[in-house]
Amino acid sequence: MSVLEGTAHVYGPNVDTDVIIPARYLTSTEAEELAQHCMEGIDPEFVSRVRPGDLIVAGRNFGSGSSREHAALAIKGSGVACVVAESFARIFFRNAINVGLPIVECPGVTEGAQTGDRFRVDLGAGSVENVTKGRTFRATPLPPFVQEILDAGGLMPWVARQLAREREVRVGVAPEEPAQADWRLD
Amino acid sequence: MSGLTITEKILARAAGADVVRPGEIVMARVDLAMGNDVTAPVAIARFRELGVERVWDPSKVALVPSHFVPAKDIASARLGMTMREFAREQGIEHYFELGRGGIEHILLPEQALALPGMVIIGADSHSCTYGAVGAFSTGVGSTDLAAVLATGKIWLRVPDSVKFVYEGRPGPWVVGKDLILHVISQVGDDGCAYQAMEHTGPALRYLSMDSRFTLTNMAIEAGAKSGIIPPDEVTLAYVRSRQEATGRHLPFDVLASDPDAHYAAEHVIDVSALEPQVSLPSLPSLAQPVSTAERVRVDQVFIGSCTNAKLEDLRMAAHVLRGRRADPRVRLMVIPATQEIWLRANEEGLLQVFAEAGATVSTPTCGACLGGHMGVLGPGEVCVSTSNRNYVGRMGHPSARVYLVNPAVAAATAVLGRLAHPDELGVEPPVLEPAAVGASEGGAQGDGAGGADARTGGGGA
Ligand code: SF4
Repeated sequence: MSVLEGTAHVYGPNVDTDVIIPARYLTSTEAEELAQHCMEGIDPEFVSRVRPGDLIVAGRNFGSGSSREHAALAIKGSGVACVVAESFARIFFRNAINVGLPIVECPGVTEGAQTGDRFRVDLGAGSVENVTKGRTFRATPLPPFVQEILDAGGLMPWVARQLAREREVRVGVAPEEPAQADWRLD
Repeated sequence: MSGLTITEKILARAAGADVVRPGEIVMARVDLAMGNDVTAPVAIARFRELGVERVWDPSKVALVPSHFVPAKDIASARLGMTMREFAREQGIEHYFELGRGGIEHILLPEQALALPGMVIIGADSHSCTYGAVGAFSTGVGSTDLAAVLATGKIWLRVPDSVKFVYEGRPGPWVVGKDLILHVISQVGDDGCAYQAMEHTGPALRYLSMDSRFTLTNMAIEAGAKSGIIPPDEVTLAYVRSRQEATGRHLPFDVLASDPDAHYAAEHVIDVSALEPQVSLPSLPSLAQPVSTAERVRVDQVFIGSCTNAKLEDLRMAAHVLRGRRADPRVRLMVIPATQEIWLRANEEGLLQVFAEAGATVSTPTCGACLGGHMGVLGPGEVCVSTSNRNYVGRMGHPSARVYLVNPAVAAATAVLGRLAHPDELGVEPPVLEPAAVGASEGGAQGDGAGGADARTGGGGA
């Protein structure tokens, strides 16, 4: 799994989807178009500053509020390689996984961080390093089933694979390890 | 082994399991899937990419244009067209056209489509609202909805449940909105992250279905995955009345939490000590009693949204506004949540009261709630709103400020032109009828003047 390194745009807690992509732009469904207004409500300079491969580093409850997948799409469309946050709001978490935007939950990651710091994220090892400040943090591992969706490239490819294999998605309880798709059926 | 919460029971059943425990990931059967004009078009595009021809069960899909309706521009007209065409092509009968629908979270229970014991997946964050009827219900994004449309299943992490026990009897002007704003101020904006909020306790018998929908509506503002109220006689009377009214008699399951079910936390709230609440800009958790809040001047008062535009809400606002006028400097807008509520409010003369008070009264839509159209705020403007979010930029310009309140406080604010408690107008509080039979034991209030405005009759019962 890949190692991502880039310049961080750092935000505090509770960055909600209304500031990530205000509702007036929701009539568009295109990532590139949405990206033109990414973070507009909290950081109007973001769009002109962001470079492909940059990272967003944020406090707790990132992506709270509306279910608009447009938020994850806008961030992905702006070239951000990964969002690292102390914690995520659950719908944003699902949306990011589903559209294939890498996200890493990492308690403490904003300590001492400033916009412009270099960060290195090792998705496989589960570590996040603030290279500029010389600090390393441990990421919270994803549940195996969620990792399985990410490995498939998102929810739609996962469903497609499942339908191709079994013609249906079966109900059941996921085994904890390993996270292959044979469900415990009672 | 401890017993199960109502949430765990619903999810176990949907996953074909006897027992599920918090933290487990299940693949669950979905009983109702919902999309609106913002989320469904994206879901439809994903669905098409998948190459599946038909949705899994068109009778279990509801499509509700609500956010940018009536179409505010060409782009939103296109979103509407996408939904409409998809509904026709797939034979989805629960597509609710303008003039026959409203805001999804109030509409689907009213239409007897959201029922106890169901697993309901809505591509809108306030889909947690349906938990008021005793369903497991949560909001997702468009790709999740697309997967449900294709398979009828969704993966879910079984949430921990947190129990809220309401005790006492709500005082004058205190409704579901005040309870939930208070709760959010206590637990914090992500205080129930990934959890199911289960609302229980003796005070619930005083809460009509309309108030209960507000309680579950704002679960997401505490970060929760879902909110749920185990069905009681109030719930069942409402569900049956809606089934009668619509002629839709879908089966449902009345479940309850086991007495020895496990909760991650338990909070006890004495509602008799509560006053009407106001959430200050720009977080719902910044709630405090209206009586102690600064009397800010306001530019706009919005009485609408899936949170507080039900019949009880409109009755409460009209009770305060009857014979009064909005301050000349205030723009007052009232948007009933659904067409049926609009009709009932019209029959009861409430819309007349609003219009005479100087309000604009519109057709059902989310409108100003999300700053999309119909009342977008300009730089620095102040709005007092009955909706659920006061985030930066939510209702318009990022420098606009939004205060969240219940409908009576919003109405009093419109009259005085500044944040106000209805008592400041000398209006008698409405006489709230107990929602549950027998709830009046030990302290029924008399049948005072204005009671007709304020009866809490279980939504559109
Ligand atoms: S009324 Fe507001 S909160 Fe409710 S569904 Fe519409 S936009 Fe969302």
